[in-house]
Amino acid sequence: MAEPVKLSINGTVLTIKAKAETPLLDVLRNELHLMASRFGCGVESCGACMVLVDGAPTYACTVAIDALAGKTITTLEGLGNAGRPHAVQQAFLELQAGQCGYCLSGIMISSKALLERNPKPSRSEIAAALDKHLCRCGAHARILRAVHRAAELLAEAGGRA
Amino acid sequence: MIRNTLPLGLVENPRLNQWIGFDEPGRVSIKTGKVELGQGILTALVQIAADELDVAPARISLMSGQTQATPREGFTAGSLSVENSGGSIRLVAAEVRAMLLGAAAARLGCADVDLTIFDGTFLRQGSPSGLDFWQLASSLDLARDATGSVPVKAAHLRRVIGASLPRVDLPAKILGGTDTFIHDLRPAGMLHARVIRQPWPGAEFVSNASQTVTAYAGVRVIRLRNFLAVVATDEHIAVLAAEKIAGQLTWSQGTPLKSESAAPRWMASQPMLDSISTRGTKPASLVDAKHFKRSYAKPFIAHASIGPSCALARFHSGKLHVWTHSQGVFPLRDSLAKALQLDVSAITVEHVQGAGCYGHNGADDAACDAAVLAREMPGETIRVQWSREDELASSPFGTAMVVTLQAAVSPNGYPLDWTTEIWGGPHAQRPGAGGGVNLLAADALPDPPPRPVPMEIPEAAGGSGARNAGLLYDVPHQTIINHIATAAAPRTSSMRGLGAFANVFAIESFIDELAVEAGVDPVRYRLAMTSDPRARAVMEQAVAMAAWGIEKVAGSGRGFAYSRYKNRAGYLALFVDVEVDAEVRLKRVWCAVDAGLVINPDGVRNQVEGGIIQAASWALKEQVQFAEGRVSTRTWDSYPILRFSEVPEIEIALMDRPREATLGVGEVAQGPMAAAIANAVADALGVRMRDLPMTREGLIAAVNAG
Repeated sequence: MAEPVKLSINGTVLTIKAKAETPLLDVLRNELHLMASRFGCGVESCGACMVLVDGAPTYACTVAIDALAGKTITTLEGLGNAGRPHAVQQAFLELQAGQCGYCLSGIMISSKALLERNPKPSRSEIAAALDKHLCRCGAHARILRAVHRAAELLAEAGGRA
Repeated sequence: MIRNTLPLGLVENPRLNQWIGFDEPGRVSIKTGKVELGQGILTALVQIAADELDVAPARISLMSGQTQATPREGFTAGSLSVENSGGSIRLVAAEVRAMLLGAAAARLGCADVDLTIFDGTFLRQGSPSGLDFWQLASSLDLARDATGSVPVKAAHLRRVIGASLPRVDLPAKILGGTDTFIHDLRPAGMLHARVIRQPWPGAEFVSNASQTVTAYAGVRVIRLRNFLAVVATDEHIAVLAAEKIAGQLTWSQGTPLKSESAAPRWMASQPMLDSISTRGTKPASLVDAKHFKRSYAKPFIAHASIGPSCALARFHSGKLHVWTHSQGVFPLRDSLAKALQLDVSAITVEHVQGAGCYGHNGADDAACDAAVLAREMPGETIRVQWSREDELASSPFGTAMVVTLQAAVSPNGYPLDWTTEIWGGPHAQRPGAGGGVNLLAADALPDPPPRPVPMEIPEAAGGSGARNAGLLYDVPHQTIINHIATAAAPRTSSMRGLGAFANVFAIESFIDELAVEAGVDPVRYRLAMTSDPRARAVMEQAVAMAAWGIEKVAGSGRGFAYSRYKNRAGYLALFVDVEVDAEVRLKRVWCAVDAGLVINPDGVRNQVEGGIIQAASWALKEQVQFAEGRVSTRTWDSYPILRFSEVPEIEIALMDRPREATLGVGEVAQGPMAAAIANAVADALGVRMRDLPMTREGLIAAVNAG
């Protein structure tokens, strides 16, 4: 057993006791029961597991827990909740941007990161930012509209993504 | 008009209380055998029940797909859920509302017409009567059979049906719920399992000293003939152990997949179950006719669900409980009973949502995996999670197909006689089909139960290989020849649209080719052969949206296609604009849909948009391939699907048909979208793509072939 890893997840500092090579995704889902980040491929090719590590979109399926000491992790649960949804979540609800919903958490994470660096992205800029994410139901068109709407909501609120 | 003939669901589950209950004050419990696949069915059923009962949608608790508690409604398939389950719930709700109204009138000593209902409470001449549904429900006999004789609400009285009620399941998926998907269930003490799959049908692993299965500490290895799995408390350890074991095994026997058999045209050389049917009257003379013959093909395609299949099972005191994202909990229960030699009454199968599902994917197989392991480890709750590789390679595929079309055309360019000839593997192979089982783990066990025999779904039920093979155009005589491969190489089964995808792709491509030959605009050509006014209306609506006839830019093209799903469900016509250089790039889509009475307009738009995008992915990119005896397209790199930057802008118009019956539209877009792309490519380049997928390589081959 390796040294426990201390990191911040959704604003709470936690000490994780897991094998050093355990993927972050397994820690999130099996230890912390944060279920929004999902298993889709295990090899960084679908984006269903995307989380923010120090603000940067990162595949949770491959990053080992011992590489994350001192880092700040944000999952969908850390973006907002039913009482206080993030603008991205609000926009996805407003536009009903999803079918099965399995891919949405990763997509919303990347959308948040996009809107932080580019508050007014074009359709093609949104598509480029989401190209590492796969959606099989074909909800793409409304997801693109939802990210555009999230940018509007953030601009109206004058706030940060 | 909507007639009160009993839908299938109600015929098979006739008692009112199989569908509805009022056990909890202020709540209405509605039960359905259909399940949420990401298509929004739960929301549509809530709307139907709420409107017919006159209660707020928020009061409805929906129970779905549980063998011990919900109506037995077969599979959630065929774009039939609103028609069957929705139709049943609608009649039951109307009848129970009338019973409640009668009971209230009797209690108050007034006439029914003196009472109105507002959100489950009775108003007497507009004032509160002090009575509500929950005070009266216990006095009703809900154990009796539904009569189906109470009229449903007239169109002008509906308030919830026809409104875009937000999806009931999306908040948890967007805001971060727990237990949202089956993948999220974590009952106390649950163990993680991984199955090491046979690489091809009938494969047996060679077990000798050098291939002894060695595993990690704390990992239990379970072997039952050719079914091999590992079980561990730590999920990551289970993954590593399964990978290590898989790397040590060699396999022999069975039927390794031949590389060449991935090509659709290989199919036609295989043993076939043949059938032939004709419609109409053969013209007396075809002396003046010109004859055309073209052949179209599609490869095997994968369901490729974004969340690999998952299931949980627990076997305790002789009872088996299975949690699954199967499309059919009742047929799965029957097949599990056969596979495990258990009594059906000892098995409970409960649906929990999975990732998007477009037909018979790996869900049932994963459920059987978990059930087999649970029986080996009584008292433990076993969770089986499939890998990405197994999801892409071990789920049943949509079969490869070849569709050859022939037309004898009149001097003015219109078909007089038409022949559609189809070759493909079976589509109707779900668990239980024809008494067979079709569960991978069951096939690997000693004494495997029989697999389903290849079969065609009867035409009266929509057909399978020959689905949409019949023309929707006014052609005097047509012949349909259907060949079903009886020994298709990989396992194939139902995938969104079944044969309709290839048949509509072929027919709507050929129609465009014939229009070009006739020198007639392709839409006018279709309209000239279309007498169904609703078909004409969707075509004309699409024309109005796309402003057909505008001048085109070099390298760009526009294609049109039309279909009516199963020749009896929803109507759809669409235009696609493309740009073609080295690849086909989709720019815009204009689509008109007639779904009859629409329960949830945004839900229909979402389904049709999704169908358009998924069909574009199938048509442009997807192709299952085999190498070294096994499926070689096992990753997203080798089996690419459409990405965000490749998705067109889509505009959808719904025809306003509130007085017509609801028509299923979940699968209506698949074939037309593929054909419209091929027609647009032909418009852009003058080159006809008849073999899917329309990849860069396919494009080059078609250009070189001239």
